[in-house]
Amino acid sequence: MEGQLALSEDILMKIEKPERYIGHEVNSVVKDKDKIRVRFAMCFPDVYEIGMSHLGIQILYDMFNSMEDVWCERVYSPWIDLDAVMRSEKIPLFALESQDPVKDFDFLGITIQYEMCYTNILQVLDLSQIPLLAKERGEDCPIVIGGGPCVYNPEPLADFFDIFYIGEGETQYRNLITLYEHCKEEQTGREEFLRRAAKLPGMYVPRFYAVEYNEDGTIHSFTPVEDGIPATVRKEIVTDVTDTYYPMKPVVPFIKVTQDRVVLEIQRGCIRGCRFCQAGQLYRPVRERDVETLKKYAMEMLKNTGHEEISLSSLSSSDYSKLPELIDFLIEECGRQHINISLPSLRIDAFSLDVMSKVQDVKKSSLTFAPEAGSQRLRNVINKGLTEEAILRGSALAFEGGWTRVKLYFMLGLPTETEEDIRGIAELSNKIAAVFFETVPKEKRVNGKVQIVASTSFFVPKPFTPFQWAKQCTKEEFLDKAYQTRTAISEQLNQKSIKYNWHEADASVMEGVLARGDRRLGEVIRRVYEKGSFYDAWGEYYHNDRWLETIAECGLSGDFYTHRERPVDEILPWDFIDCGITKEFLVREWEKAKREEVSDNCKQKCQGCGAAQFGCGICFEPKPETP
Amino acid sequence: MKLRVKFRKFGPIRFIGHLDVMRFFQKAIRRAGIDVAYTTGFSPHQIMSFAAPLGVGLCSNGEYMDIEVNSMESCQDILERLNRVSVPGIEVISVKILPEGAENAMASVAAASYTVRFREGKEPAADIEAALPGFLEREHIPITKKTKKGSREVDLKPGIFRLEWQSGAFFMLVDASSGGNIKPVQLLEALLAECGETLQENALSITREDVYTDIGTKDTPELVPLEDIGSPS
Repeated sequence: MEGQLALSEDILMKIEKPERYIGHEVNSVVKDKDKIRVRFAMCFPDVYEIGMSHLGIQILYDMFNSMEDVWCERVYSPWIDLDAVMRSEKIPLFALESQDPVKDFDFLGITIQYEMCYTNILQVLDLSQIPLLAKERGEDCPIVIGGGPCVYNPEPLADFFDIFYIGEGETQYRNLITLYEHCKEEQTGREEFLRRAAKLPGMYVPRFYAVEYNEDGTIHSFTPVEDGIPATVRKEIVTDVTDTYYPMKPVVPFIKVTQDRVVLEIQRGCIRGCRFCQAGQLYRPVRERDVETLKKYAMEMLKNTGHEEISLSSLSSSDYSKLPELIDFLIEECGRQHINISLPSLRIDAFSLDVMSKVQDVKKSSLTFAPEAGSQRLRNVINKGLTEEAILRGSALAFEGGWTRVKLYFMLGLPTETEEDIRGIAELSNKIAAVFFETVPKEKRVNGKVQIVASTSFFVPKPFTPFQWAKQCTKEEFLDKAYQTRTAISEQLNQKSIKYNWHEADASVMEGVLARGDRRLGEVIRRVYEKGSFYDAWGEYYHNDRWLETIAECGLSGDFYTHRERPVDEILPWDFIDCGITKEFLVREWEKAKREEVSDNCKQKCQGCGAAQFGCGICFEPKPETP
Repeated sequence: MKLRVKFRKFGPIRFIGHLDVMRFFQKAIRRAGIDVAYTTGFSPHQIMSFAAPLGVGLCSNGEYMDIEVNSMESCQDILERLNRVSVPGIEVISVKILPEGAENAMASVAAASYTVRFREGKEPAADIEAALPGFLEREHIPITKKTKKGSREVDLKPGIFRLEWQSGAFFMLVDASSGGNIKPVQLLEALLAECGETLQENALSITREDVYTDIGTKDTPELVPLEDIGSPS
């Protein structure tokens, strides 16, 4: 059986976790190479344990492999140790199932989930021995196609990709593959295939667009360079999320991965419209999966994988209309089969506390609230519906039920934030601790105390949110805010019950540069990679100085992308994408934010965001009568 | 009812570590729909015991796992169910019912047998076949064993039950008990040292052939494969 693996015995025995690279997992798909026409390598550009935990890849893997003419295999970033070996021994990066080099595939699909993986994309291309720049790729190179949330501003990566697929993958891949097969038969060549692909819905082929800049660095124009290439690319979505692909037999890794369980996606989209949240805007409109189908899927997937745990996945899961029914079903079925239920974060109320007490050990688990901002004023700015009253009421209920740990998530650096808002973080934490001491009589206190953990992350404005025009804080401002938070917490009466965590600020600033960057940043990413950076998402491998120095070398300024409020009439690098919600809506929300006005959610009252154009989901469900 | 499951591990699967093989079987048992028994308590887990852990990179024709089931059709049915949901590289070769009160797989391990070959290009220069008789006649074969606290000297000799050279491979039967476990690599290092050579890194291709328990007395040990403790129905 030796010789079936791309890596030799000597290599596999000296690297960490060889299981990452040998394939052979339960439910991985192996096809006869002679009976298929298209080979697709699907890559998550991070280490195996992270990549294997991603639901989107499992869905697409299942979808592609359900096509008779396609064999889809998986690729992940080799870890630092193997990376060095592959470079020194010139071993080409390979796909797990066949162990064949990626460079021999027809497509290399890369999911782009977060900005700090951009250098890993170059690592994957480089190790695959595929030219980094799309324009330097020959006829024999795979078509490199990107998808995922970051392609809603693909411009910093435009140089490295042949195609970006904007939106949900379930809808257009069949058409793209068929087009590819035709072009191969007709021998049209790579360029012509890409030209035709650019005319398919959802496909953005960067080489057919030109950008011109103003003297101040802003974009002057962004236009197709040929007739027939569409000026805007509209996102693709699945209109019926029940009648579509879902992997009944997800691949089961040998090693423990981050998400070592069955994942049931209950809905797509979110009704809430929090103004900082990109996912909440990108995945509109909300589309629920049929609850009976979900029950069937859950049982089927548990049987096919043998996993001992199941989790529900979606944004704001509490808003799924059939949640109690689904959870009751799972508690009963899973209890019988000794399967754990891992709950998504739920709005804390009598229902969720009841459910939590059934599936978790109350003494060991904690409650989670994400107020995101410390004061009601700032929560109105960001349109986060959670009120202090609701948090305190939920906490009291939970403390009565025996919980003693509370986790709170906040953001620092939100637009309009003042010192008072920051102090609100400390005060809210303090009030929750006070509720504990008021609610739980002394003799009933476990270890006599309550533990509040307040965590802050730094706010990074993202494309297609009402805050896409906002000014981001500098590193110094971020850190100053974290110190203010720490000081304010230390001044609270119950400060001994409150623990405060905050993140590094460096990477948040760089994430901001890349998130709202333009094509000129491609040069920066390439140079940073060539200087040795990858795994930037892993703190210990992130070299901030290298990024700063390279941005300067390329004659650019980080502050231009982050520390500047953009006027609403500026051409943004991602304006050519139609993500389904209108700019008018985003401008309206941006203005309401500044006026500290909240907007109703999609279940209460339609805000006219534009997502109704897709003709599906919540946009077409009856609204309650307005009183 | 306690069952003893014997399985092979080979091919690329030899790189799957011991804990991950345990995880593999926990999931395989669920996929196979076996009515396995669970421990009680807040987080129940399957009642399961593995014999001697197998190092990463080693193949085996004789790995053992004990499980407890509430009900079953037959041993053959359990075997077929497990193989249907397995991967190429893990193959169940026998399932036996353990008698009441039998020691679990882990506790009962006394010895293990191995076939050991040199990998291509990593063969020693010396004539090891010729060196073997002298090596085995020695009264003591001391080696230095690295431990967490430092190193200590142990004598391999009492733990070598058989060591033969047959058509290009060593066959060995050695102590595998928790107190005196001998690794094939330690034995080969000692033999090569006798010839004035050092074993190259990763030079050996090792297959564990079987794992044994001792059903004899203190004075006259009798080693039998772990599966012999159970009966087929």
